[in-house]
Amino acid sequence: MSKKIIYSLILLLFIFSFLVLFKSLNKVNIYIPENIFEKKLTNFETKDLFSNRIVNVYDNLSNKDFTVLNIWSSWCLPCRVEHPYLMKLKKNENLNMIGLNYKDKYENAINFLNNYKNPYSLILVDLDGVISIELGAYGVPETFIINNKKKIIIKKFIGPINDDKIEEILSIIK
Amino acid sequence: MINQLGNYSLIFGFIISAILIILTLFSIKVKKTNLEKNIFYLISTQFFFVTFSFVILIYSFIVSDFSNEVVYNHSHTTKPLFYKIAGSWGNHEGSLLLWLLVLTLFILLFYLNSKKLSGNYKTITVLFQEIIICGFYLFIILTSNPFNFLYPTPNEGLGLNPILQDPALAIHPPILYLGYVGTSIIFSSSLSALITKNVNSTWALDIKKWILTSWIFLTIGILIGSIWAYYELGWGGFWFWDPVENVSLMPWLCLTALIHTISVLEKRSILKSWTLILSISTFSLSMSGTFLVRSGILNSVHTFANDPSRGLFILVFLFILLITSITIFFVFSEKENSSINKTYLLSKETAILFNNWFMMFFLSVVFIGTIYPIFLEAITNDKISIGPPFYNKILSPFLVPFLIFMSIGPNLRWIKSKLEKIDTKQIIIFAISVVASLSIIKISNANILFTLFLIFASIYLLLTTTVDLFKKNLKLPQKVSHLAFSIFILSILLNGIFAKEISYNMKVGDEVKFLDNIIKFKSLNSSNEKNYKKLIGEFELTNKQASQFFYPEIRVYNQPNIVTSEAYIKTGIFSDNFIVINLIKDDGYFNVRYQIKPFMIWIWISVSILALGGLISFYTKKYE
Repeated sequence: MSKKIIYSLILLLFIFSFLVLFKSLNKVNIYIPENIFEKKLTNFETKDLFSNRIVNVYDNLSNKDFTVLNIWSSWCLPCRVEHPYLMKLKKNENLNMIGLNYKDKYENAINFLNNYKNPYSLILVDLDGVISIELGAYGVPETFIINNKKKIIIKKFIGPINDDKIEEILSIIK
Repeated sequence: MINQLGNYSLIFGFIISAILIILTLFSIKVKKTNLEKNIFYLISTQFFFVTFSFVILIYSFIVSDFSNEVVYNHSHTTKPLFYKIAGSWGNHEGSLLLWLLVLTLFILLFYLNSKKLSGNYKTITVLFQEIIICGFYLFIILTSNPFNFLYPTPNEGLGLNPILQDPALAIHPPILYLGYVGTSIIFSSSLSALITKNVNSTWALDIKKWILTSWIFLTIGILIGSIWAYYELGWGGFWFWDPVENVSLMPWLCLTALIHTISVLEKRSILKSWTLILSISTFSLSMSGTFLVRSGILNSVHTFANDPSRGLFILVFLFILLITSITIFFVFSEKENSSINKTYLLSKETAILFNNWFMMFFLSVVFIGTIYPIFLEAITNDKISIGPPFYNKILSPFLVPFLIFMSIGPNLRWIKSKLEKIDTKQIIIFAISVVASLSIIKISNANILFTLFLIFASIYLLLTTTVDLFKKNLKLPQKVSHLAFSIFILSILLNGIFAKEISYNMKVGDEVKFLDNIIKFKSLNSSNEKNYKKLIGEFELTNKQASQFFYPEIRVYNQPNIVTSEAYIKTGIFSDNFIVINLIKDDGYFNVRYQIKPFMIWIWISVSILALGGLISFYTKKYE
């Protein structure tokens, strides 16, 4: 066999391997068991934005199966981007929507809700940001999906909700 | 603030590697040779910047600066200082920075130490190494920056995985990387030697020390990893044929073959192409290993990153390197003039070729076992898992001829060897091996013909290498390493044949009979440590002669919340006794496993001596 043929065969083999590895790279998530993300939701107490009463989260996980806990703020631009998607999620009957208002002023938060619409059934106040950090949040917005019976966080989404994430949420709560 | 410094230092280093690539290309094109000093300064500055970034990362870990995303994700204030430091390379971003550190360190040392061969040999080596460095810089800056800023600053970190909080595992990555990444310099320099037509004895002698350096570190690195797996994972084994272990074994096999081939090139100026292929493959295997581990394609305790963009980057980079090197190989390699250097069947070079064939066979088996499941799933969606039985069944039959060749090979001469008459010494060795292996089989009741052959071959090798130790015509490093290898194989075999195990669910006060021993679960105590709570079981093992106490632990770490089992191991010259307990539900029962592992310590000792053999060769070379 001449050198050129061997060379081309090796190149072909490389290209083939590349394509196969490239393909398997994209289905990588199949390998990771979902329950790696499962983490107990620690109970916390804080004020309700509207009534100013102290409430605790466990009591407000409601009789629905799942809760969407969304960290938001009026000063956060991506939160405005994700707002229409939260309104979409609100229509789902399996979901209980809780907002966690992060480091925000009361007036601004109320303005935000009046200008857009309120996607939440309950809004909790996290004035100094401690609750969010203890939840393990990196910043705003962030969204946690909680199993109400087991009180565990099934999944968290960093950054604004979009179509892909909604699809994923809907597949989780099926 | 300090984060920014680390970040800038990364960018400066990257710019230098870009400058170096342009400068070396320029210097090759115009055949200017007075740029050597500039190149040296640039390489040193680059090394300084990488070291600086690394020091800053370590500093951020020490002071628990949680505004750094990596620190936040992998550290915690209650973690002991030692593990804070070790935590800086115990994660994806930090370990890549370590990669970079080793890459730049090796090119600097190479530039300082290597002989001046004809043409642009040194300059082109720098060029290739800087291309690799540049690629890794891009990878780090674009996809895995260890200096990502986090705002608002969290007041507590998420903690390091507790099974990684271990002294052996803290030093495992740096040592392993010195070997693993060290192979890059072999890659760069062999491509350079190929282009500048320097593939000869002088080059072989020059590159040999780098091959040995990588090999020694890789050997020790793998050893430490195995020791860790032995006592920390609590399964009582030391090698699990886990894909991540395999990717460190593959370059090792390739390097071992290369160590043997390079001396043929050095002494006889033959096997040029083969040596080059081995040099290129060794680093390619290191790179593929990095791809497999870092892309998250493999499912293993070792993999952390699962961001597809990272995997894609290394994949593209890996194939660019592969295709470039193979193209250079085909363009520049010359046909070897085989008529001048005739090889005879009975000669040292033939024996080394045999060694290489076996190494390549072992390598292919491990390679297929690691890669095939990935390919199969990508193409057909079928999932298979390849475990220890596959490797054991396929590899062990070939060990028999391999070991026999290994006992004959070193005694052959270069070029041509005569068949000597069989002397009494050899007959005695043969006889002892037969008797010893037969009696071992008899004791163990493992009445399998094949095991008999395997034990016979390894005892034969052990005796031959022991006798060889006193021969004057052989080199000391080789004698030491071969003897160590024979002890290694024999210990593994005896360990496999004589290991005994019992697993039982017990609660405090229970007793279990096992062979001649009675195992009693006496008590259970708990105490608090800095970042974990521990439950200590007290076990008494009584037999006719004496009673021994064992204190295996269960640790409950606070951050992150993970339970680990710490085995209690009594190490002896002839065997290890090993008790590990695991939690089962809450009803007071524990799963207790008691294991007898013969000759465990000899596995560790022999591998250490194996590496020592490599080390000795640095000292003997001077007066050879």
